[in-house]
Amino acid sequence: MFRRLATALVVLGLAAGCAADEEADVTATSDDTAASEDAGAAEATTETEGADGDDAMEAEGGSDADEGSVTITLVTHDSFATSEGIFDSFTAETGIEVEVISGGDAGELVSRAVLAAGAPEGDVLFGVDNTFLQRALDGDVFEAHESPMLASVPDELELDPEHRVTPIDVGDVCVNYVIGDGPQPASIDDLTDPEFAAAFVTENPESSSPGFAFLLATIATYGDDWETYWTELAEGGVTVTAGWSEAYYGEFVSGGGAKTIVTSYATSPVAEVIFADPPVDTAPTAVLTDSCFRQIEFAGVLAGTDHPAEAGLLVDFLLSETFQADIPLNMFVAPANADVALPDDFVTHGTEIAEPLTLSPAEIEANRLAWTDRWTEIVLR
Amino acid sequence: MNLAGAVRRRSARASVGVGLLGLAPATFLGVFVVWPLVAILARNLADVGWRQAFDVVTSDATRSILTFTVGQALASTALTLVLGGLVAHTLASWRFPGRAVLRAFSVVPFVLPTVVVAAAFDSVLPTGLGAVLAAHVFFNLAVVVRVVGGFWATLDRRPLEAARVLGASPWQAFRTVTLPRLAPAVASAGVVVFLFCFTSFGVILILGGPTRATLETEIYRRAVFRGEFDIAAVLAVVQVVAVVVLAALSSWLQRRAAVPDRGAATPPRVRGASARLQVAGAVAVVAVVQGVPVASLIARSLRTGDGWGLANYRRLTEPVQLLPVTAAEALVTSLRFAVAAAVIAAVLGGLAALAITTGGRLGRGLEALALVPLGVSAVTLGFGYLVAFAAFDLRRSLWLVPCAHAVVGFPFVLASLVPARRAIDPRLRAAAATLGASPITVARTVDWPLLRRPLATGAGFAAAISIGEFGATSFLARGASGFTAPLAIFRLLSQPGDLLRGQAMALSVVVGLVVGVLALVLERSRSANGVAGSAL
Repeated sequence: MFRRLATALVVLGLAAGCAADEEADVTATSDDTAASEDAGAAEATTETEGADGDDAMEAEGGSDADEGSVTITLVTHDSFATSEGIFDSFTAETGIEVEVISGGDAGELVSRAVLAAGAPEGDVLFGVDNTFLQRALDGDVFEAHESPMLASVPDELELDPEHRVTPIDVGDVCVNYVIGDGPQPASIDDLTDPEFAAAFVTENPESSSPGFAFLLATIATYGDDWETYWTELAEGGVTVTAGWSEAYYGEFVSGGGAKTIVTSYATSPVAEVIFADPPVDTAPTAVLTDSCFRQIEFAGVLAGTDHPAEAGLLVDFLLSETFQADIPLNMFVAPANADVALPDDFVTHGTEIAEPLTLSPAEIEANRLAWTDRWTEIVLR
Repeated sequence: MNLAGAVRRRSARASVGVGLLGLAPATFLGVFVVWPLVAILARNLADVGWRQAFDVVTSDATRSILTFTVGQALASTALTLVLGGLVAHTLASWRFPGRAVLRAFSVVPFVLPTVVVAAAFDSVLPTGLGAVLAAHVFFNLAVVVRVVGGFWATLDRRPLEAARVLGASPWQAFRTVTLPRLAPAVASAGVVVFLFCFTSFGVILILGGPTRATLETEIYRRAVFRGEFDIAAVLAVVQVVAVVVLAALSSWLQRRAAVPDRGAATPPRVRGASARLQVAGAVAVVAVVQGVPVASLIARSLRTGDGWGLANYRRLTEPVQLLPVTAAEALVTSLRFAVAAAVIAAVLGGLAALAITTGGRLGRGLEALALVPLGVSAVTLGFGYLVAFAAFDLRRSLWLVPCAHAVVGFPFVLASLVPARRAIDPRLRAAAATLGASPITVARTVDWPLLRRPLATGAGFAAAISIGEFGATSFLARGASGFTAPLAIFRLLSQPGDLLRGQAMALSVVVGLVVGVLALVLERSRSANGVAGSAL
């Protein structure tokens, strides 16, 4: 019954959409012209996109193309970014097509995967990090795949001995501060000083991934005394925002705010140089190296895939030199493959975090609710 | 066989036919609302006992969240109705230069991403209830201006003038003559605004401050951060029950208040000091509530590394490392989805409006059901799609996106169309039928000319809903060919750097501009249309 209804609706929708398509092209073209002041370029863009869009509209799914070639779907979060055509060499080598679908942040990605466990949205998942890893493992989201590429990955990044997930990249959440403006902290300890706390903006651990990572950093640093640390931060007047954007763009100096210390990433100073306008030679910000909590992002073969072998090959490719070298400038994290060098900008403007803070995924999952409930009581009252 | 009997039989047959038309929208809502909700709630409530559900619902935390959710939504709705009503009244009463621009501009905020708008509010107002209310009025003013204003313009002005001639004060005349006739449109716009604020997410999270929570933010926090799918599901049931009760209440109110009206001519040109003052007041409301934040956004978009200029706009057509397509291409994708969503919402909403106003149980059910997607949390519905559509792999179909947008746009079509159709004097239709017109001819010659404009308003909102990516679609995974402008703005704001921020602001302005221009074009095409234009 539902199947029939759904089919009828899809047909109806397709009909409506086809009727609308011509209209869409006309509208789009005129709007683009108005918007971009470059009629020629806009026209060309519209036409190419129009053709692509039509194909995509009709493609519908696609992992079951019958022409002998297999399409593997990579499910990921909204922050996944690569250079164009990054999978071309993989397809040329293996004959496997890759389709990337993304939606939501890392937390939503894991929730989706857990809800869809057994009937996955795709074949490979990329983007679960160590703070959510245990939930995904408990939810039987992945099946084991031991990648031969692991030989090039440092042991401390491999958190699942059963190889259900494979480490792909490494990033650190660190406290950032503006060089030469406001109080200059030298250590995570300094922040509880009211002068520093009042200039500090961080994110709510329940709604923000870096916010949660910084809470974990304080727990890893101070053990049971983390509550005292946060009590002092709160008394000193620390500001809490819902997410990273509100902190960095709303409250922090870089975005026009008044705060000079912010919870962000170890690579934020690098992005400050690369995306500066006008261009700058050195980063205006620096990181507190002893405040950095390590986030490792993993990929894994989704349990229930029809193509486990091909899915495994894609995981291997994610650790290949081609893909790993593409990671830093697109996602602003470091490659997990130790044989791949960092780009110059990262070496020049980035800070190597030699001893990042960590907690085991099992410990994080077991205490997540208790820690954040306590944090809420202390900081938000 | 007498003539009256024949007419009755014919119209009875016609209403059965119209009732059947309701099957298509009922099926659509069944597939895209009821089924996913049942699927996700059944899955996540499976292990929840009555005792546990009762404890969650009656806990102090839930009670305080419910109180704040309903309280802020009521306050936001009241404010929006008063300020929007003021603007709607002026637009319905007078013609003045810039009237079309004012109407069109009111829609612009509707499609601006919350993250971007919040920054503008954040710099003026401290986080808290005040900022939340201001932002809700900013976003929703257009709903009242267009739904109530559009309806107001069609009211017969003669009873009001008669009351004034007979000595009623302006306020008395408004209260006793105009307000009762406006009630269906006010109720209809009010419910939509209320539900929008009831399920408000980004505004609460960003502007409410870290201690404020609504049912919507709480369901998200429970489901996504804490992984407590069961508690989230219990709260989602509370939300669904609240929405269905509200929808039933609003439908009853509207049916009771509906009065047939005869339609008015174009309002007179503005004259006299008090009329000019009214116009100035309406312009001031829009300028302060909506104009200031938009102006600050435009200013940010023009800010470049070496001063001011259009560099951020020029960069929209260039590839950026962080985006799978250029910002301009993402905008085109948004527009394609918007057209598809608007067509689906207009066709199915139009059929539903016919079924609802013809009466019958299906119609009443549709009216309540249509509001559910507006009042149910996006995460619940989004995860519902994931679970429900797993069997057919509809999950990855790009068609799911405009369909999910149309589900949210649907109530706007109804809000605009249902009061308008109820206001058509049934005697007009009866007279046409008596004179031998077939039901189709009646629909074409009586209903269509009077309903075209409200339908366009509703479809416009559905398109805006789609461009703004409201609702559950942010929980659906999609490929680069489904990458839209709001996703591009979000992505641009995910790394530090003035270059990225400038582009995000410029793209937001372009999205708003496109919607404003579309609204203006619709506006123009209507007033250019001689006979129908004057009849509306």
